[in-house]
Order: sequence, then structure tokens, then C-alpha cells
Amino acid sequence: MNTGQVINLEYELTALNFDVAGEASSKTKRVLQQIGVRTDVIRCIAISAYEAEMNVIIHSLGGIMRVVVFPDRTEITFEDRGPGIADINLAMQEGYSTAPDYVREMGFGAGMGLPNMARCADQFDIQSEVGVGTKVMMMIRH
Amino acid sequence: MKFIEVQQVLDAEVVSGIECIDREVFAVCGSDLMSDVLAFTKESTLLLTGLTNIQVIRTAEMSDLVGIVFVRGKRPGPELIKLADIKSIPLLVTKHSLYESCGRLYQKGMKSCLKMGDEP
Repeated sequence: MNTGQVINLEYELTALNFDVAGEASSKTKRVLQQIGVRTDVIRCIAISAYEAEMNVIIHSLGGIMRVVVFPDRTEITFEDRGPGIADINLAMQEGYSTAPDYVREMGFGAGMGLPNMARCADQFDIQSEVGVGTKVMMMIRH
Repeated sequence: MKFIEVQQVLDAEVVSGIECIDREVFAVCGSDLMSDVLAFTKESTLLLTGLTNIQVIRTAEMSDLVGIVFVRGKRPGPELIKLADIKSIPLLVTKHSLYESCGRLYQKGMKSCLKMGDEP
């Protein structure tokens, strides 16, 4: 990868727009492929980004995904407007989900999203305010 | 096992990605839970599923899956096939159930995606 170059990406995420859900993560993956990041690292970034992107589309009123690619790491931040998460510890438990049935029918809402992100990322942070929104930050080393 | 052998074992029809038929399949996962697929599969895993929505292709793309088999004769719609073409993800449709399909591949020596790597 080119030395010292930093790439900034930003995507608007629309609530409940399942037709394009995953497009932002897909574009991010393509950029990482173009600059030659290792494939297992890209896979990790793509999976955690996609889980987070789906969460914003499923649970929030919309939000922003920001990606900053450094030579040695990728940082991804998701910031949404929406109901927020009342109990983050509960939300982090595998199997806990508040997703409606139509989301489960798409193969999501099994309560694995947040634990998956935390497992993939080298650093993971989540902050939420009920009635305002949620911010998720992930850092993955290359 | 190559993708073309999977097609034969499952009496499956190639719906998309005939050019990818020589790809090597290293492990198999049978699931309708995309979050489980994202969490537990390794790259070059073949996914067997009964789901035919567009998120199946997205999941395959993010997880670097080698291809998808739709079981019980479920046919994906044109939108899904179009996206699979763009992402070069081959698609098969088999009339067999998920259980039967997994059993046939297991009998031929295909292993679970969970046993491949370090940890689930």
C-alpha cells in the first residue's frame, strides 16, 4: 500500500432501505482491495462494517458511515439518529435482539451483530443515548 | 471438491456464474441465519440456504464465500441473480432439502466450515 496516504470515505445510510443495504460496506471493501490491503483483513473489515450498516438500516432513522483508511489500520464510525440502546450490556450479549420478524426473515436479527463486530475489530466502542441515537466506532489493524 | 462436483452431487442447476464452475470449495455451511454465516464461516466456504433475498449475496460478498446453493427448489429473483453476476458469485438451485443436501456433501467428504480454522 502507498505510504502515508489516508483515504476518507463517507456514506449516508437510509433507514429501512434494504435494496441498497450493504452497498456502503461493498464500496469500502472495493477501495481496500484496490490499495492492496490483505484479504483476510479486508474480510474482517467488510463483515464488521456490513453488520453495523445493517443495524443502522434496521434499527435507526438513518445515519452516516465514515471510513478512514490509514496505512496501518482502518477506522469506521457509524453515527445514527434514532431510538438508541437503553442497555448496551444486554445488546452486546449473543442472542439478544429487538429486531422485528420481517428482519429475522431476511436472516438478520439473531442477536449476533454487535458481538460479531466486537470480535472482528481490534478496538470497538459503542455509545448510545435513548431517544437520540447510537455511535459505534471500530478500528481494525492491517 | 470443485463447484462443478457440488452441482453433480446435488443434481443442481447452475443459475448464474457458469464461468466460476472450476472454483475449489473447501468447506460447507448450511444456514438461514446470515449473522451466523458472517460470524462463523471461513473464506472459500459454500453456503447452502433456503433464503433468497438480496442480503444473501451481500453476506456472500463480505465473507468471500465461494458460492451459494438454494435448496428445496427455491429460485432467486432477477435482482439477486443480477447482483450475484456483478459480484461473480456462482449460484446453484437444487430440489433437495437443506438436510439432504448437507448430507450428500458430507458423504462426499466435505467438512463443516466450523472445523476448518482456529475457533468458531
